[in-house]
Parts: sequence; C-alpha cells; structure tokens
Amino acid sequence: MTKVGAANDRLAEHRIILRFVDEPDYTTDIDCYLRHGGYEQLRKALSMDPAAIVAEVKASGLRGRGGAGFPTGTKWGFIDHAKNRKPVYLLCNADESEPGTFKDRQILYKDPHQLLEGMIISSYANRAHLAYIYIRGEMAHGAQILERALAEARAKNFLGANILGTGYDLDIFVFRGAGAYICGEETGLIESLEGKRAYPRIKPPYFPAVLGLYLCPTIVNNVETLCNVKHIVEMGGAAYSKIGTPNNTGTRIWCVSGDVRRPGYFEYDGGAITLGELLYEVCGGIRDGNRLKAVIPGGSSAKVLRAGEIYPIRRKNSEGRLEEIEMKLEDLPLDFDTIAASGSMSGSGGIIVMDHTRDMVECLNNLSAFYAHESCGQCTPCREGALWMHKILDRMREGEGRPEDPQQLLDLADQIAGRTICAFGEACSWPVESFVAKFREEFEAKAAAKEHERLQPAC
Amino acid sequence: MALIRNPFDHDLPSADSPQVHVHLDGKWVDVPLGLNVIEVARRFGKLIPHYCYHPKLSIAGNCRMCLFEMGTPKLGPDRKPVLDGEGRPELQWVPRPQIACATTAFEGLGIRTASPLVESCQKGVMEFLLANHPLDCPICDQAGECKLQEYAFDYGKGRSQFGEEKVRKPKRVDIGPRILLDDERCILCTRCIRFAREIADDDCLGITERGGYNRLSIHPDQRFTSNYSLNTADICPVGALTTKDFRFRMRAWFLKETQSICVDCATGCNVTIGSREGFVYRLTPRVNEAVNSHWMCDQGRLGFHPIHSKHRVLEPARRVETGLFPGEWPLVLGQVAESLRKLEPSSLALLVSARLTNEELFLVQRLRESLRGESEIFTEVVPRKGQADGLLRSDDLNPNSKGARILGIGADGEKLPELRKRIEEGKVRALFCLHEDAIGAGVPEEMLERLSLLVWQGILEDKSCERAHWVLPGASFAEKSGSMVNRAGQVQRLHRAIPTPGRAKEDVWILRGLILALGGEDVGQSVPDIFSKMVATTPAFHGFTWSGLGDQGVPLPAQAG
Ligand SMILES: Cc1cc2nc3c(=O)[nH]c(=O)nc-3n(C[C@H](O)[C@H](O)[C@H](O)COP(=O)(O)O)c2cc1C
Ligand code: SF4
Ligand code: SF4
Ligand code: SF4
Ligand code: FES
Repeated sequence: MTKVGAANDRLAEHRIILRFVDEPDYTTDIDCYLRHGGYEQLRKALSMDPAAIVAEVKASGLRGRGGAGFPTGTKWGFIDHAKNRKPVYLLCNADESEPGTFKDRQILYKDPHQLLEGMIISSYANRAHLAYIYIRGEMAHGAQILERALAEARAKNFLGANILGTGYDLDIFVFRGAGAYICGEETGLIESLEGKRAYPRIKPPYFPAVLGLYLCPTIVNNVETLCNVKHIVEMGGAAYSKIGTPNNTGTRIWCVSGDVRRPGYFEYDGGAITLGELLYEVCGGIRDGNRLKAVIPGGSSAKVLRAGEIYPIRRKNSEGRLEEIEMKLEDLPLDFDTIAASGSMSGSGGIIVMDHTRDMVECLNNLSAFYAHESCGQCTPCREGALWMHKILDRMREGEGRPEDPQQLLDLADQIAGRTICAFGEACSWPVESFVAKFREEFEAKAAAKEHERLQPAC
Repeated sequence: MALIRNPFDHDLPSADSPQVHVHLDGKWVDVPLGLNVIEVARRFGKLIPHYCYHPKLSIAGNCRMCLFEMGTPKLGPDRKPVLDGEGRPELQWVPRPQIACATTAFEGLGIRTASPLVESCQKGVMEFLLANHPLDCPICDQAGECKLQEYAFDYGKGRSQFGEEKVRKPKRVDIGPRILLDDERCILCTRCIRFAREIADDDCLGITERGGYNRLSIHPDQRFTSNYSLNTADICPVGALTTKDFRFRMRAWFLKETQSICVDCATGCNVTIGSREGFVYRLTPRVNEAVNSHWMCDQGRLGFHPIHSKHRVLEPARRVETGLFPGEWPLVLGQVAESLRKLEPSSLALLVSARLTNEELFLVQRLRESLRGESEIFTEVVPRKGQADGLLRSDDLNPNSKGARILGIGADGEKLPELRKRIEEGKVRALFCLHEDAIGAGVPEEMLERLSLLVWQGILEDKSCERAHWVLPGASFAEKSGSMVNRAGQVQRLHRAIPTPGRAKEDVWILRGLILALGGEDVGQSVPDIFSKMVATTPAFHGFTWSGLGDQGVPLPAQAG
C-alpha cells in the first residue's frame, strides 16, 4: 500500500481507497482498473457465501462513512433473509452535499470501478439484484463517468445476468438527483428515487432495512463505505479491523478546507494522526501565518471546536479500563469516538478551518443560509426555525443586531434539535448552538453593535 | 362499517386486537393493542394536540404538535421486564420526544402527555407555526373554529419573539370550482393532499418550493374538481382552504348548530346544519361510522340553497280565476278535506315524495286510510336516479326510499306509467301531489287540466303547483324533524334548524290537520308522538324509540326493509 506525502513517516498517508486515484497514468477505464487488480475481489466474493461476507464486514468493524458512523455489518444484519420474501435493494448514497466534504467525488470521478466492485460485492452479500447509485445532481460529469463504467462492467459480465458464470444476477443504475441536500438523507433519497419529493420518511416505521425503496428491505450506504467492502473481502475482516484503533477501524478520508496553506483530501488510518498534525504538518499550517480560531471537524453540521479548548475525554486505556483524560484541540486523534467525546462529530470527514481573521457571525450566517435554503420544509420546527435563525443572523451581520439575538438563537436551536423528522434538525441547529455558545462574546458584540430603534415584533 | 371505505381507521382497531396495559399520565389503563396513541389519550379524555394526524388518512408526522414522552418497560439482565411492587413493569423514559400519531399501543407503553418536555415541545411548535402566519384572524373564516387559534391559546407561549420580515405567499388562489386557497395561512400539514389522494382519488394537490417557502399548490394543469373537494375545507385545521360558498358569509360563532342528515341521496350523510336567524349558512359533515364516516359530497353540502329560493311557496291558497287566492290555514284545510271527502276513493291518486320523513309518510298512510272506502287509493312515489360514485353518493337520489317501502307508500315508482294511464282513461280524476311535480313525473300537462281536483303540497313552485287548485306550503328538510331510512337501513333523525318561512307549515302539521278535518284519529302533534304511533303499527320498526335513535341512528334488523 502506498505511502504518499509528508516527510515524517508517521504522517505519511495510508491510502487504501484513494490508492491509485492520483497516480499520473491512472484512468477510469476498466482496462486500467483491471491492470491494477480490479474485480479480483469480486471473483473471490462470488465464491463465498453471502452470509460469510456479511460476517467479514461485521468482523471488520467498518462504520458508515456517510456521516452517522453506523456499523455497516450491523446494518446489513437487519435484513432477515430467512423470513424476507421481498426483493432487497442496495443504494449507493453519492449525493455528497455536506459543505466541507469532497471525498466521494474523488472516487466517483477518478476510480468508478472501485465503487462498482464494492457495490457488486455488497449487493451479493445482501442478496440484492438491483442497485442504484444516487448521484448528486450537480455532478453531471460524474454521472457520465459512472454510466460509462457501468457499460464497461456489463460488457465484461461483472454486471448483468449470471455474473461470471456464478448464477448471480445484478444490475446497477445511476439516478441523478436534482440538486437538493436533503436527497442525501437516506429516506429522502429513497422517496426521490421513487420519483417523489425528497421528503424524509418518519422512522419508525420506515427504517430502510425494513420498509425502504418501494417498501422493500433496502441497504443505503455511502460511496466510501461501499469501497471499503472490497478491501475487507481482500484482506479479511480480522485483518481490516487491525487498521486504525478499536471501533475506529480502517482508513478515513479527511477533507480539509478553509484557512490552511494546503487544503485537500488525505487518507489515514482511524485515529492515526491528530487534528494538530493534520492542520499544521500535513496541511502546512494556518494560511498567511494567521492563528487558528476554530475547526468544524466533520462537515458543516458538526459542532464547531474552538482553538484553545480542552476536552475531558473518556476512553479505554491500554489495559481496557475506562479513564478520563484531558486533551487539547490539537491533540484530538482523528477518529469517530474521540471527536464525538469532544462534543462534536467526525461525520462525513469534512474539516473546515477558520483562522483568527474570521468573523464568527459571518461564518455562522454562511452556514445558516445553506440550511435555510436546504431544509425540505416538511416538518414545522426545521422549516420555520432554519429560516428564522438565518434571518436573525443575516440581520446581525447587517449590523442590525439586537441584544436578545444570541439567546434567541440558542432558544430556537433548542426547539429544533431532537424534535424533527430527520437529522437535518440537528444538522441546522448544532452549528448555531455551538457557534453562539463558544463565541458568545462575538455574537453579543454584534448584537449590541448598533443602538437602533427597536422594531416592534411583527406578531 | 361506514358506507365509504376509508384507507385508514386509526381510531378503530380491529375487534380482535388483544388488550394491553398502557401507562397514561400516571395511571395504568387497558386499550387494544395497536391503537394510535392520540386515540389512546382521547379515550381517556385527554387531548394530545395535533394538526397533521387525521384518523382516516395516512400518517404524515410533519406538524410535530403531538410530541409526547414515551416510556418502555425496563428490561432486567434476563431481558425480561422489571416489575414493580404491584406487578406492573417499571418504565424507562426515552429522552427524545416521540410523535404520538406514529406510535401505537403495546404492552407496557408509557405515555406522558403533559410533562415539562412535552410542554416545551408544544410551545416551540406553536411559536414556529405562528412565526410566519399572517394572523388575519379578523377577516379569516376559520376564526372561532381554528386549531391554530385554539392551540395557541392552550399550548402557546402567549407571546412571540419573532421580529423578522414574514414570508409572503399567494393568497386567494383559485384551485377549484368550489374552493379557494390562502397559502399564507397554510401550515403545510398535508391533510388536504392526503385526502385528495387517498379518499377523493383526485391526486391534484402537492407542495412546491422548498423549506420556509414551501407552499401548497395545485398541479398546474389541473383543478380540484372532485365532488368531495369541500371536505378539505373541513379537515384543514386553519383557514387556508375555504369554500367559496361560505366564505365571508357568517362568523362561525354566530351559527346555531343542529344535527341532521343530508337529504340529497339515499346515503343520508350525517350533517350539522349551521344556521342563524332563520337562515341556513352551511352544512358540514358530522361523523357517523355507520354511514358517512367523516365525509360528505359537495353536491349534498351545497344542496340546501333552494330552501331560501325566492320561488318558495309561502301561503296556503286556492286557485281562483285571477290566480292564487291566499287563505287561512284552518279554512283551507277544511275545504281541502271537504273536497277530498266528496271524491270516489278510486278516483283519487296520491303522488308522494320519497324525500318525506317516515313520520310524514306515516301520516300519508293514515290520510289514505281515512279516505278509502271499499277501494284502494292509488299511491306512488317518484324515483330519482343518479349515479353511484363508489364513495358516498347513491344512485338513488331520494333520501327515504326505504322508509316509503317499509310504510307501504308506492312501489319505487314502478307504477308511474299506470298513474298516467289511469288519468288518461279518466279513472283518476283527483290528484294530491306531496312534494312532487306530476308533470316532472311524466303526467302530461293537458291531462292535469282534466282533473277535477289537484292538491299540491310542497316548497318550491313547479308546473303542477301552477295548475293546482289548492296549494299547501310545506317545510324543507331544515325546517322539520323526523326520521328517514338510508340505503343501508340506518334509521336516522333530522332536526329542525330553522322555522318555516312565511305561513308555510311543517308537513306533519298539515297532514294531521287534514286527517282531523276528515274525522280521522289524532296521532298527536309532536314528531316523537307520531313516531311511536308509527312504530306500533309498523313491524319493521318494532322496538324503536324516538330518543333511542340518538345522533347516529339505529340500523333496521337485518330482515326488515
Ligand atoms: C440531512 C442529511 C444529509 C445527508 N447527506 C448525505 C450525503 O450526502 N451522503 C451520504 O453518504 N450520507 C448522507 N447522509 C447520511 C445518510 O442518511 C445515511 O446515514 C448514509 O448514507 C448511510 O450510509 P453509511 O452507513 O455508509 O454512512 C445525510 C444525512 C442527513 C440527515
Ligand atoms: S428536519 Fe428539516 S429536512 Fe428533515 S424532514 Fe424536517 S423539515 Fe425536512
Ligand atoms: S387560520 Fe386561524 S390563526 Fe390563521 S388567520 Fe385564520 S383564524 Fe387566524
Ligand atoms: S391547506 Fe390546510 S389542510 Fe392543506 S396543507 Fe395547508 S393547512 Fe393543511
Ligand atoms: S399530529 Fe403527529 S406530527 Fe402532526
């Protein structure tokens, strides 16, 4: 496996998923993929029992890379194939729209066959005979690349009837979204795929594994998650689970954007490097010699972390006992669990960096504009709250802040999170909650910036 | 079972569901397994406020007004519920509030409908719903029966913090021939969309735009023409959908509400008549799970208007050469009775409406008895055929055909050609039309001219009325009490909502007057009295009492009717 990048060997990337993508001669052609050992794992997988593949994925400890970090093997285990009489569908979530996240598109645009191989194996493991790639509307070129890759795979009988003579049938289709973030929410995705407005479904009862696409059992997984399956088949679940740290197995692709010298995407073993190492060494530090102010560690929905914060982290030590230690922001290892313990989440792996020149009201307003625009508007708190919070922030930014605004923002966020149909409720309120709580002085200053005649409340 | 098949009946769990124990606000109660939590609470007198939930529509779960705190049995290490001292399971409370409308009863379910968390959720949702609401209550038809107003009062914060520009949306959108939409008032509960799709089978409504700009829209190439469109105005919790017919006519709180039934077809949908000062303003469906469930058709709902027509006959009168000459009721009744008495019974025919109540038909029966000598008096009803729509509307547009049959009045109109023949042959020389137009029923005008006596009783001028020797102004459905039997054999009551206009009288009063003038037996003057006399002589109604019919009616025993 390739080690790319930094001088310090410990900081060298460990690329499994992105292993070939940036090699100069690597193309999206199936021949190129085959030359690099492509579809070998499919042959291997098709010789295995589907249940054995599920068992390997369980053993691997793989967690979903779409945002929630749900254990993939557990998800696959929800379908009881002994009882199920309905068709099973596998859906690849390629809607990648979370601000700050640009990992899936590397795979889609540069290594589509890796995704297809992962998908075919996963479909086989879940006994699905029809799978879809739901690709974000804006990735028009990506959709073309996938179409071509699918045609190539069909021509080589990696897809279609009686794949490689094993008797297994599968077809995969590309479905393009029309440009809405909510289509990435798995039940919204399913509705959209059914040709309807992407209104997320209520859970219960519409858990995809039970009542998914066309009310049949459905597995929805992220692009990166599905690619990992190929490598789990290759190395075996037990070997895969040794990569990274327990419960944070495998590699993660981190997308760094914002105020660093060298933004980009980097693949490391779970927990292998710290946030500080990533920002200061891998990404060359904060731009223009500025100071770090804040980091959003897992896509725009994750709670912001403030430079200088110290987090009490509970974790198992080497002897397996629970201990609580204090950690500085820069020392947080990049994984699922420690970032969660710091009060945020590593979500989709989108790390957004803000330096000391950034106005936090401005930054939050930018995010809130996105969420106000992208709320599907189905349920009351999110529909009304997301727009309301944005209107307040917009007004504050314009210098029309009012003293009660910071508290009002917190109250509104509080009335949304946990009370909505889908996790967008949290996605739109967590940034507000964390920005205002952690940078309260900036918000208060903005709120008091202008003595102005108080508007009478409009109702 | 209602005569319309609802796709969902969240309030009516199947009869064979086992009972489970549910912990409702501190008390253990027994309810059927699978009963919707909103209905669980309702059965014990508690309201879980809700907007999008409707017992007959699919669950949308979008308004978030019904959030409650849910408990589940605590499991011990053996995976069995931990029991308390009284053998009840100990509960653990889920930290996240759940929606009641998408939760159903199971053994050991805990429900808190008014905890601090629940109240905070309700306050939050109300604040959000009101933030961009136009609050045009002073000019909104829904005011007074608006769930937004009611819940704002009962569950709201009392004060809004919203100090931003409100979202503007279209108002007065013409989405169908009978209905208007105000998008600013819409709370996007999607009840109307689900009704149109799931019940009216006219899937023309949907949501356009996104997020805070979402709005209810009609498909660009369609109009909401369904004959059931106005039910959406009833189930719309706010004033977003209003009927063109009732819009701006009367404030809801001025309306007197009278329980009655629709007389536009044999289904007999249960209705509430909304009236004020002798004027009917609207009919709205009233829930009856044996008949119409929650619904009624637009035709029936709007069918009342003719009762206020300027063609109403308002005075008892006799025809003289110069036209109709009004008279006093006692004199008129006496003279009509006299004319009838003089007739050879076989020369008289009664053309009776199957839109009359059982009590009226019973009096017709009595009148016939007191007139008949040796021979029968020819009697027939006028059939009205429409088209059944597979939902509520019946192909029989007479509301009481079954009652007429039971009371031996006519033969469903089969003998109408014979009536014509008898008049033609001169065998019938006198005709008494009761709420029917002989000409409309197929008797040619010139034949009517030949009659020596034509008595007409009814409400709206028609061709027969124009030729009648006697005109007796009767009452419309809204002006009388009585009972009718619907197509499924449900015996249901009408109640008088408004007085008869002018000198018109209730038909039972007129018929009783004629019977008394003819020396017949007094059956009493009140409808309940007449009802009990009728029951006594009508085997099909055996055991029925007036008060026993209640608000929902009583089905006939299986073999009757
Ligand atoms: C508002 C919202 C947007 C989401 N967008 C995406 C997305 O663009 N891509 C994605 O893979 N998952 C997205 N998710 C997560 C999916 O719902 C789902 O959890 C994921 O696709 C499951 O795949 P995984 O188990 O492989 O992570 C989103 C979730 C929410 C609530
Ligand atoms: S939380 Fe927001 S995005 Fe999710 S269903 Fe509700 S309105 Fe739509
Ligand atoms: S819908 Fe209700 S709250 Fe809104 S304007 Fe009408 S009466 Fe007022
Ligand atoms: S018009 Fe009324 S019923 Fe329809 S979605 Fe709006 S509030 Fe609900
Ligand atoms: S009534 Fe339950 S969410 Fe609307």
